[in-house]
Amino acid sequence: MEITTHDFWTVVHGMGFGALFMLAFSGAIGEVYHLSTGGASFQQSQRDRTMLNFYLIAMVALAWLTVFSGEYIVYPWYRAVPPAGTTDLTEYPRRLLLSSGKTSEWHNVGMEWKEHVAWLAPIAMTMVAYVTMKYGRTLMRPRGLRTAVLGFVVAAFVATGVAGAFGAFLNKYAPVRGGSTIVLMEGEQ
Amino acid sequence: MSMSQTNELPNGSGAAAILGAGIGCGAIGVLAFWGDASASMGKALNWYNPSGTLSGVTTLGIVIWLVAWFGLNQMWSGKTVEIMKINVLSFALLAVGFLLTFPPFMDLLQGK
Repeated sequence: MEITTHDFWTVVHGMGFGALFMLAFSGAIGEVYHLSTGGASFQQSQRDRTMLNFYLIAMVALAWLTVFSGEYIVYPWYRAVPPAGTTDLTEYPRRLLLSSGKTSEWHNVGMEWKEHVAWLAPIAMTMVAYVTMKYGRTLMRPRGLRTAVLGFVVAAFVATGVAGAFGAFLNKYAPVRGGSTIVLMEGEQ
Repeated sequence: MSMSQTNELPNGSGAAAILGAGIGCGAIGVLAFWGDASASMGKALNWYNPSGTLSGVTTLGIVIWLVAWFGLNQMWSGKTVEIMKINVLSFALLAVGFLLTFPPFMDLLQGK
């Protein structure tokens, strides 16, 4: 069982940081909604508040790790320029996609949108975490803070969904390959 | 901090964070569009060659977001502001961020 370093970092970026961040949204949306609409009878213990704060900080960290690992580790491999005369474009995903009209829009629309829109998510989530931690259950009044926090959580979710979905499709049509090989396990023949 | 204390918090710091995030998202959109539409701007935003123009777009976007957040917080901290107006502006800027990063919309604006 082997994996190349480029494959490994693509998995860490997409499945490690990105998918974990995406999975955390259901909890975040539920908790922030519950916190902001709980009504006068809503009680939250200090332990619950600490857990929510930890959860939101972890989400913010995952969001930033996802975009930074994508832009500075995986993306340079994706857009690498092949030497002149190269006919096998397997290790040059961007050029591979652009080499055919049947796949070029995966780059021109998919990658071009993904690489930019993904950055809206960590900015939005950092604000959501800050406001939620600062105001706590007073998010329920005044209503304006609640509206903004919930709206930006949903926006971050949509941005992450777009980036994640296109990431998965791009990895199907032109996976980032190459680098040195890491042997994880030797099997018997 | 007790619950009665948090109930009295003015919304200025929250509003600063919200509008700051809107400005940051809008800035990413505007810079992405500008870098795509103008070859010279695209080149100017190429701060780290392996990542190309994207490096300048995102780094400058983050700087604009943090500076806006800090500046607004300095102005509004401890005050109560009209949050609904802030929200409308922030959501409009967020929409700018989404639209100006969407390639078909970028192309439409450029007449491609």
